[in-house]
Amino acid sequence: MSLKIHHLLGLEGVSADDIRLILDTAVSFKEILARKIPKVPTLRGTTVANLFYEPSTRTRFSFELAEKRLSADTINFTTSGSSVAKGESLKDTVWNIEAMKIDIVVIRHSASGAPHYLATCCKSTVINAGDGAHEHPTQGLLDMYTMREKYGKLQGLKVVIVGDIKHSRVARSNIWGLLTMGAKVAVCGPPTLLPVEMEKFGVEVHDDLDEALRGADIVNILRLQKERQKTGLLPSLREYSRYYGITRDRLDLLNDNFTIMHPGPMNRGVEISSEVAEGPYSVILPQVTNGVAVRMAVLYLLSGGKGKVDEE
Amino acid sequence: MAKNMTVKVMSDKSISLALNRIAHEIIEKNKGVDDVVIVGIRTGGAVLADRLKKILDGICDADVSVGIIDITLYRDDIQVKLDQPLVQKTEILFDLVDKVVVLVDDVLYTGRTVRAALDAIVDFGRPRAIQLAILVDRGHRELPIRADYAGKEIPTSKSERVEVHLKEISGKDEVIIDRSGRGGV
Repeated sequence: MSLKIHHLLGLEGVSADDIRLILDTAVSFKEILARKIPKVPTLRGTTVANLFYEPSTRTRFSFELAEKRLSADTINFTTSGSSVAKGESLKDTVWNIEAMKIDIVVIRHSASGAPHYLATCCKSTVINAGDGAHEHPTQGLLDMYTMREKYGKLQGLKVVIVGDIKHSRVARSNIWGLLTMGAKVAVCGPPTLLPVEMEKFGVEVHDDLDEALRGADIVNILRLQKERQKTGLLPSLREYSRYYGITRDRLDLLNDNFTIMHPGPMNRGVEISSEVAEGPYSVILPQVTNGVAVRMAVLYLLSGGKGKVDEE
Repeated sequence: MAKNMTVKVMSDKSISLALNRIAHEIIEKNKGVDDVVIVGIRTGGAVLADRLKKILDGICDADVSVGIIDITLYRDDIQVKLDQPLVQKTEILFDLVDKVVVLVDDVLYTGRTVRAALDAIVDFGRPRAIQLAILVDRGHRELPIRADYAGKEIPTSKSERVEVHLKEISGKDEVIIDRSGRGGV
């Protein structure tokens, strides 16, 4: 069994078979995380460079932990205190790091398409850890893993993604992945934060939250990216919270056995109330745990195939 | 595949006799089964481990713990194989510390699978001892590993292929040697 893809740049165009293989493999990796010694020697000798051109805590820790649990060697790179501050280009940075013998590059970048560009100009395997407003494929995978863990399937689930769809790479990766796996997806947010012609993705589009929530199984609540709201797309956070914040009384519109998800970090009291975030239906912390298992599966599956078959 | 290329070396009867003998040897060597736990290597070893447990339980009126280990992630050829093997779950739901672990597999060949399983087991704790029970020992070791309990020793050449069929997986119990020259386990 192996993946058809050689890099994980996004979930757009990734086949259902590949997604299924990653999710199935992650089930076995989750078991490893529960062991007394949660570490396996699988990627001994593999070196992974984590290139984070944008701030990140959860994703960076999650990738680093996944790499360490698989016994890979890791080097970390953040823009402050590196040669980027001296004006080095992305390509030169990677070529230089590659010259030190790197096998896998994990990259987060504010420019959409940066990982795709890297994949064309370097020999390493590239994993996208979030590029601009484009995709965040491992987040999409871990969200799907978490849904599948609870419902046993993805086919036929109705998922509503609420918030700033326009700037959200999490939304795009979820949409591509979920549609491939046969789930129904709706997006909901203020019209200023919904891209035009969103319907062409194959999703339902709502600007009325109650209408979007009716009959849904899962609500994936996006973080309102305050740093992106300077341009006057929203009148005020209070107004956003009133119309699009998920509060306890709104949950009655959902199907029985519903689930609340959030990719983090949360703005409590803005897009999600504390009561909802901590409710029994919330899988926000399991999402984080599953993230490590899913990233281990991605690293494992992408790191094979460098030589001849040696069948024992 | 021509019929004369395969030879049946163990029947359902001889497999069952071998497992019964191994069970008695385990009891004899460990003076009972009080501290004994069984861990089977996926997939064939896991089936044999279950059968051994039932035999041991029957003889000693005990409830021996049995687990399954998947050694995919401990292999030493991950990066040279074209296809990543599918990782399956390891299920060891009991404490191994200070127990005698009887590791079970269907065929002992190069010893690399057992080496990987030993590494995997010590990640779960520190057993008092690890013993190895094997249905078929076909020789050609590449590592200093031997079986404590062996169902049958069968001298083979590397070009031959040993196939262990078990009821739970392929519907019948038998061990055959395939001489068509494909090699492997």
